[in-house]
Amino acid sequence: MPGGDYLSWGRYPRVRHRQVYRLSWQDQAAPRLAAAAAESLLPTGLQRSYGDSCLNAGRDLLSCRRLDRILAADFEQGWLRCEAGTTLAEILAVTVPHNWFLPVVPGTQQITLGGAIANDIHGKNHHRAGSFGRHVRQFGLCRSDAPALVCSPAQNAELYRATIGGLGLTGIILWAEIELKPIPGPGMDVNTMPFNSLEQFLELNAQQDRDHEYTVAWFDCLAPADARGVLFSGNHSPAPAGRTRGEAKPAERQWKIPFPLPQWWLNAGTIRLLNAAYRLRQRRRPRQAWLPYAPFFFPLDQVVNWNLGYGRAGFLQYQCRIPERLEVCHELLRTIARSGRGSFLAVLKKFGDLASPGLLSFPQPGLTLALDFPMRGQATLELLAALDRIVFRYGGGLYPAKDARMPAEAFQRSFPGWREFLPYLDPKLSSSFWRRVTGA
Amino acid sequence: MQKIVVLGALSAVAQQVERQMAQHRMELLLVGRSMQRLQILRQDLLLRGARQVEVFAADLAQLQQHPSVLAYVREKMPEMDTLLLAYGSLLDTEKAQRQEAMVVQQIFNDCISAAALLTSFAEDFEARRRGCIAAITSVAGDRGRASNYVYGAAKGGLAIFLSGLRARLYPCGVRVLTIKPGPIDTPMTAHLPQHARFAQPELVARDIFKALQRRRPDVLYTPFYWAWIMRLIRVMPESWFKRLPEI
Ligand SMILES: Cc1cc2nc3c(=O)[nH]c(=O)nc-3n(C[C@H](O)[C@H](O)[C@H](O)COP(=O)(O)OP(=O)(O)OC[C@H]3O[C@@H](n4cnc5c(N)ncnc54)[C@H](O)[C@@H]3O)c2cc1C
Ligand SMILES: NC(=O)c1ccc[n+]([C@@H]2O[C@H](COP(=O)([O-])OP(=O)(O)OC[C@H]3O[C@@H](n4cnc5c(N)ncnc54)[C@H](OP(=O)(O)O)[C@@H]3O)[C@@H](O)[C@H]2O)c1
Repeated sequence: MPGGDYLSWGRYPRVRHRQVYRLSWQDQAAPRLAAAAAESLLPTGLQRSYGDSCLNAGRDLLSCRRLDRILAADFEQGWLRCEAGTTLAEILAVTVPHNWFLPVVPGTQQITLGGAIANDIHGKNHHRAGSFGRHVRQFGLCRSDAPALVCSPAQNAELYRATIGGLGLTGIILWAEIELKPIPGPGMDVNTMPFNSLEQFLELNAQQDRDHEYTVAWFDCLAPADARGVLFSGNHSPAPAGRTRGEAKPAERQWKIPFPLPQWWLNAGTIRLLNAAYRLRQRRRPRQAWLPYAPFFFPLDQVVNWNLGYGRAGFLQYQCRIPERLEVCHELLRTIARSGRGSFLAVLKKFGDLASPGLLSFPQPGLTLALDFPMRGQATLELLAALDRIVFRYGGGLYPAKDARMPAEAFQRSFPGWREFLPYLDPKLSSSFWRRVTGA
Repeated sequence: MQKIVVLGALSAVAQQVERQMAQHRMELLLVGRSMQRLQILRQDLLLRGARQVEVFAADLAQLQQHPSVLAYVREKMPEMDTLLLAYGSLLDTEKAQRQEAMVVQQIFNDCISAAALLTSFAEDFEARRRGCIAAITSVAGDRGRASNYVYGAAKGGLAIFLSGLRARLYPCGVRVLTIKPGPIDTPMTAHLPQHARFAQPELVARDIFKALQRRRPDVLYTPFYWAWIMRLIRVMPESWFKRLPEI
């Protein structure tokens, strides 16, 4: 179809595409790639990346969303093979009734398997399971020079490593086979614990990481003194007596924002209010509770298009990894507080030390911090540049999946081995992000 | 509804309906043009819960292939209780309207071959005195527009055929359901510019599945607002209608 407004999750930047093609069947991939000009095409999933790594301004997109058939599954051994456009929601709907779960899930289940691989996503269990790429046994890759490759740690191992976290630039992922994880049932035992400082967070987190598979913290970064927030930790659990099957279906009550909200409604004042309301709600929650898996892992999915809450101008997410040192966090938070440009939803998580096979994988041991900022032009960009300076002073890095503005230098410092990746690029593929960070 | 035959099973909309049927553990018999794709679809539906899935490859515009389709259905699913005719094609009207052969092809594929198949299948339903015959036509079949009237004529013809068939089969307890979707975001419309704002096939499929499970309606407009839009369009005098700009 012709161009149209294809936006990423942050709704910034707003760019035009020449064509947005769709794949419905695997056999359509090779002819589409053959017909493409050099550096013209980018495969995409559900456009849940925040910035421009899933955009290709002035050129073409190839949506793989409708490649969504399940090809094979083994609920004895615990693995699943499906086409790359299958969403994590669809996968869970099929596997959870058999008591199998995805080994790694992000904060939304509305992403595709291809997107999960191409960004080598991480979840609340990074300290136990590492990133998604560790659990990918093999996948099918269609390249302009080799239309039907199978990649695994044993076969085409270099392309396997390059494609995990490869930002969609090494070829079209057609299908993938992933390991599943056995679970006792569809629910979660969840602990909710408030903290009043970063120091307290680190202490609590260390303690919770020991006997919980999943940990993540939310905090209020506009709080005057120190980071006040809540730490969630959880383990899979069978449904308590009386609840028969918990919920295998993803559909609970879902809300929808009818149109982009006006910009004035999100400002330092309202963000403070929202944060306080959220904190109150979480603090009033029981310390320990049983929850179905969806509200634990994917709380934001309850408002289908919450990104419209940031209005027409959109928003930026800033996700960095930094060493586990209090002063780095404090410096970042002070800089944000001073700017008065708060972030609703600041998320803090400690990465573990399990290495990913991916060449350009983001997670590294240390802390990761994710913050949302409404787009307010130059001022917002300057604030993020100031955060960059702190992150890189301490040898940190930025996450491409969330980025719409990192300069070439920031990318190259985030991924010092990026040149190793170059030989695996498919000459027909490119993205807005890639052109920016390589100065092309 | 337990045993369903789908003609044109590889259509984007039909696939979504089939997924719902699979989740409800139903039995399916799928007819489409590509055996390779049918095999992929078969595996997918089985993993999503379908009790049984049979597949048969045929080009349904070839009348001489119809007997083998019927024979296959009678052999593999003699107890069929629902037939969903979903196949269709949308030839470029710009080109089709100037070429006799293309007009014939469009009307043959979407109306004549469908009417032929329904005629044979109706015998089986009539003999068993129960079940439901459903076919996807289109809102485009309600009135002729410059942009797609050849397609519209085919779908409109099929809708009238279905209306008559409904009246004929009503006394013996067989239901006939006419499905009239508005524009949907599928491969059929991929070349159209407004495409991304069309209804998603999941939504249309949910409506179709619900309508199949109930005893009503006779004619389903989907998404629901098309019932209101078409009510207005149908009463508009032709002298106005011809002047209406394309949107
Ligand atoms: C609410 C929310 C919460 C999130 N939480 C997390 C989190 O906790 N952890 C985390 O790591 N991420 C998180 N993310 C980011 C998200 O998981 C990633 O951006 C993911 O890659 C999006 O997948 P997608 O299917 O939407 O792909 P897209 O955004 O469309 O594309 C992402 C990348 O994958 C490539 N790609 C997609 N399909 C294919 C294919 N078939 N073949 C080759 N390349 C392909 C694209 O080229 C692009 O580079 C979150 C996002 C949202 C909106
Ligand atoms: N999309 C819309 O906007 C829209 C609106 C109203 C009504 N409809 C109707 O909805 C139905 C489903 O269409 P869709 O939107 O899902 O589009 P689609 O994905 O393109 O499906 C059309 C299907 O019909 C099949 N087909 C066409 N001619 C055939 C033949 N002679 N024999 C066997 N199969 C044949 C095609 O097979 P191949 O894959 O082999 O080509 C294709 O799988 C069609 O009847 C269409 O007319 C569509």
